[in-house]
Amino acid sequence: MAEFRLPKNSRISKGKHYAAPKDAKRVKTFRVYRWEPEAGQNPRVDSYEIDLDRTGPMVLDAMIKIKNELDPTLTFRRSCREGVCGSCAFNIDGKNTLACTMRTEDIDGDVRIYPLPHMPVVKDLVTDLTHFYAQLESIEPWIKTDTAKPSRERLQTPEDRAKLDGYYECILCACCSTACPSYWWNPERYLGPAVLLQAYRWIVDSRDEATGERLDELEDPFKLYRCHTIMNCANTCPKGLNPARAIAETKKLLVERRG
Amino acid sequence: MSSIRSSLAGARGLGSAKTGTGHFWAQRVSAIALAPLTLWFVACLASQFGASYESVTAWLSSPIQASLLAIYMAAIFYHAQLGLQTILEDYVHAEGIKMASMIGLQLLNILLAVSAVVSILMILVGAA
Repeated sequence: MAEFRLPKNSRISKGKHYAAPKDAKRVKTFRVYRWEPEAGQNPRVDSYEIDLDRTGPMVLDAMIKIKNELDPTLTFRRSCREGVCGSCAFNIDGKNTLACTMRTEDIDGDVRIYPLPHMPVVKDLVTDLTHFYAQLESIEPWIKTDTAKPSRERLQTPEDRAKLDGYYECILCACCSTACPSYWWNPERYLGPAVLLQAYRWIVDSRDEATGERLDELEDPFKLYRCHTIMNCANTCPKGLNPARAIAETKKLLVERRG
Repeated sequence: MSSIRSSLAGARGLGSAKTGTGHFWAQRVSAIALAPLTLWFVACLASQFGASYESVTAWLSSPIQASLLAIYMAAIFYHAQLGLQTILEDYVHAEGIKMASMIGLQLLNILLAVSAVVSILMILVGAA
């Protein structure tokens, strides 16, 4: 049932402070969630003062500066630094987004960086996404056909191709799923907005021949119908996509096929 | 993950129940029915506000009014059942408590709906 406080071993304490160089003019404080599994201690929030004149414009630039110059123990995932890989998704300033596309200047006051909400933390800002990826695998996100393989590419009209717009761009950063209260309460069984958007991307693909089976697999009180149109997914998506619409379209198809 | 089971097995779980659309659709349809019925009911309450017992029962004795009220009551408890069931599914994770409260909820809503309709019928036949 409902828990109103964090468990004892999850309560956050104040951590170390790293001051900015004395000659720094534009100082911004980054408050970052830290937790080491080996230390056996509660999580803490370390604060790092960064001179904005000596770092790049994005939150990720500052994080890399912290790791390179102030504190090499800070642990986080990052790769492409341009919003296409989805690795550096964190809860920044209270909202799930990508550190590489979030401008530090757009944040009022201190920059608070926490791991994606309600996920098991591996270390610091690294969360365990094993189940999230397994859920993606469970919806079989690849083309399925029975018709004999064509000798060339599978054709699609421009109109049918346009139906994938707003869905194929998803980079699976998990910002939406980890912002969804329904996913927080039932992550074991509810697929969550990211995976349901991916599922719809294959349902709506005119080249795929397994539409009915895909709908069969989704038609479940928990896998799909935990979505209560809360819309946190669309609100937080760093790519500006709308997973809630993909879910609503899936529900419409399920009603439509009932006759 | 603390289990030695594969993560895909965990994600697939018991598979799809192949149900849920009926519940989803019934919730929407009952909501649509409740919108005009609630307006009608509020208007009726306003028109009978402060009226005598005889006046209200006489008004309710019209077959159309009594039928609309019976449908309204049925839709209310049906819609309540669907919505409260969703809340239990969302928040109650102990299977035993969930099952028991679902059955209890269903019985309660059936009781309330039937007693509401029976009351309307009693007024209609002049037994109340």
